[in-house]
Amino acid sequence: MAILIDKNSKVLVTGLTGRIGSFHAQEMRDYGTNVVGGVTPGKGGTTHNGLPVFNTVKGAVAETGADLVIAFVPPPFAADSIMEAADAGIKTCVCIADGIPTQDMIRVKRYMRRYKEEKRMRLIGPNCAGIITPGQAFAGLMPPAIYLPGRVGIVGRSGTLGYEAASQMKSRGIGVSSSIGIGGDPINGSSFRDILELFENDPETDAVVMVGEIGGPQEAEAAAYIRDHMKKPVAAYIAGLSAPKGRRMGHAGAIVSAFGESAQEKVEILSGAGVTIVPTPSTFGETVEKMLS
Amino acid sequence: MDIHEYQAKELLKKFGVNVPRGGIAYSPEQAVYRAQELSGEKCVVKAQIHSGARGKAGGVRICSTDDEISDAAAWMLGRKLVTHQTGPQGKLVGRLYIEEATDIAQEIYLGFVMDRTEERVVVVASAQGGMEIEDISEDEPDSIIRSVVDPAVGMQAFQAREIAFQLGLDAALIPQAVKQITGCYKAMDELDASMLEINPLVVTGGGEIVALDAKLSFDDNALFRHPEISELRDKSQEDSRETYAEDRGLSYIGLEGEIGCIVNGAGLAMATLDMIKMSGGEPANFLDVGGGASPERVLMSFKAVLNDPNVEAILVNIFAGINRCDWIAEGVVRAVQELKLTMPLVVRLSGTNVEEGRKLLNESGLNITTAETLAEAAEKVVAAWKKASTKNAEAI
Repeated sequence: MAILIDKNSKVLVTGLTGRIGSFHAQEMRDYGTNVVGGVTPGKGGTTHNGLPVFNTVKGAVAETGADLVIAFVPPPFAADSIMEAADAGIKTCVCIADGIPTQDMIRVKRYMRRYKEEKRMRLIGPNCAGIITPGQAFAGLMPPAIYLPGRVGIVGRSGTLGYEAASQMKSRGIGVSSSIGIGGDPINGSSFRDILELFENDPETDAVVMVGEIGGPQEAEAAAYIRDHMKKPVAAYIAGLSAPKGRRMGHAGAIVSAFGESAQEKVEILSGAGVTIVPTPSTFGETVEKMLS
Repeated sequence: MDIHEYQAKELLKKFGVNVPRGGIAYSPEQAVYRAQELSGEKCVVKAQIHSGARGKAGGVRICSTDDEISDAAAWMLGRKLVTHQTGPQGKLVGRLYIEEATDIAQEIYLGFVMDRTEERVVVVASAQGGMEIEDISEDEPDSIIRSVVDPAVGMQAFQAREIAFQLGLDAALIPQAVKQITGCYKAMDELDASMLEINPLVVTGGGEIVALDAKLSFDDNALFRHPEISELRDKSQEDSRETYAEDRGLSYIGLEGEIGCIVNGAGLAMATLDMIKMSGGEPANFLDVGGGASPERVLMSFKAVLNDPNVEAILVNIFAGINRCDWIAEGVVRAVQELKLTMPLVVRLSGTNVEEGRKLLNESGLNITTAETLAEAAEKVVAAWKKASTKNAEAI
């Protein structure tokens, strides 16, 4: 597989019977994703669009062997849903919800640490577009047709800016091994560094494109990892060059509050670590093409 | 969301934090009356605006007589105070807090933040109170004390004790300090605050520990479980363009330029602003229409953008995943017709149902410029804006 999801992943949809969960579960199945069922408390034992519905994640895992959860649960209930997946032995959980209280995320991350590292669930998101291995499967809300299967990994905070990168690459015939949205929240499940490590160790990925933005320490942390541990080439774009200091630019995490958090500073730090900088959001395609040749 | 100092103090008091006595006033007469109620020799008149550094802007005045109080109040009320946190337009003073004067022996900095590296609440303290934390970390970095709170058990007394001893407080003051510090943490935790700053926390000549100022900000995403906090919102402290958009559920940030932007997704919206800047223009705003935007929502976004009188051209940039380009196009066409839009408009559509969307725009017969890529869209809108504003300049 590329990383985190492939055609063999057994995907469970929490919030399956809601309008949004229902729609995206169908899109995922149409693409070939192996969706094995859904969870909606109180609707266990029924079926929804031909999929079995369970009351609990544990119940669903026992019946279907699900290993990946995609949560289409509204923000006030999302933290509970993530912890339920972690406790049911799920390997990877993708959380779409935009608007989870920060304190809930602090508790989620504390809760996940109660499991030994080898049994600990990997959380992707929240506030992300999901994950895709083109040509195989996806868990999220991206338009899968914009991704050409290939050997370049994408990791980014923003959904639509990630689409921009993928489609520019496709128009130049450059394909994607996997694309991972880590989300725009200040406290998220997996960091840039976590995903870069997976790509570095993935035999089906040759290079990585990183789509960062203002706010937080994760791009600088990624730069240190790239400098010290990565052999594969990395290209990066940082959004928010024109963002004023102290203003929250849409994403809860996109705010410059400390040294090293502005776009200019992040670009300098990454470039100092040997990363190829994508200078504008319309030059993902040509920059990656040049980097690969 | 931010609240005023007096509101923060009222909330903190419920968690056992010591604050000076005081009362709110909306007029000079009321200010004098409040001071009489406090019946001390001196009182402090404090302008209530959502900003720190009010003292330097003239927003904090120590007064001894009724005339001084009345004059200070008359000067502050209705004035826009400009601090380094408000921007050049300043913030309007609509209410005053009249507080008893405190005899200060020592000033301490005490802050609580959501630390993104620790992914926990971190307490920050320094014996160099009264200064901004940015200045403390620059001038006296060694004076900064940090303590990380484990969310599973909350802040422990020993952590507050360690902070208090490191601050060099007298042994007799330690129990009081522990009560203040843990009280602040409880308030932060139970109210879903995103930041709490007591600067300064003071030791009085009489050996009491008192929060002299208080700044409390809340996590917007958690306001649904604190309706009593939502009620403290003061719209007079917000940018009116942002209030208009927020009341309609739009994610909007007002900026200084002339090119209005409507984009889907926060990252793409930021990138679009960058692209406009790189093409020689200045964005007027950040606006994320969100996912699954209906034609009505697009129309509403146009209204929010046009609510800014500086806007002279508009760029719509949509990369549809869960959105549908045909819905967006329908909204654009309706906006141009209903709002009788005459300024340059450039629309770039990509993703889901893009062909249907482009067809709707082309067949509308309206003066809408289309673009295929982000770079093309930014260049076209900047060029059209420059052309239109030269024409306007010549007409004048």
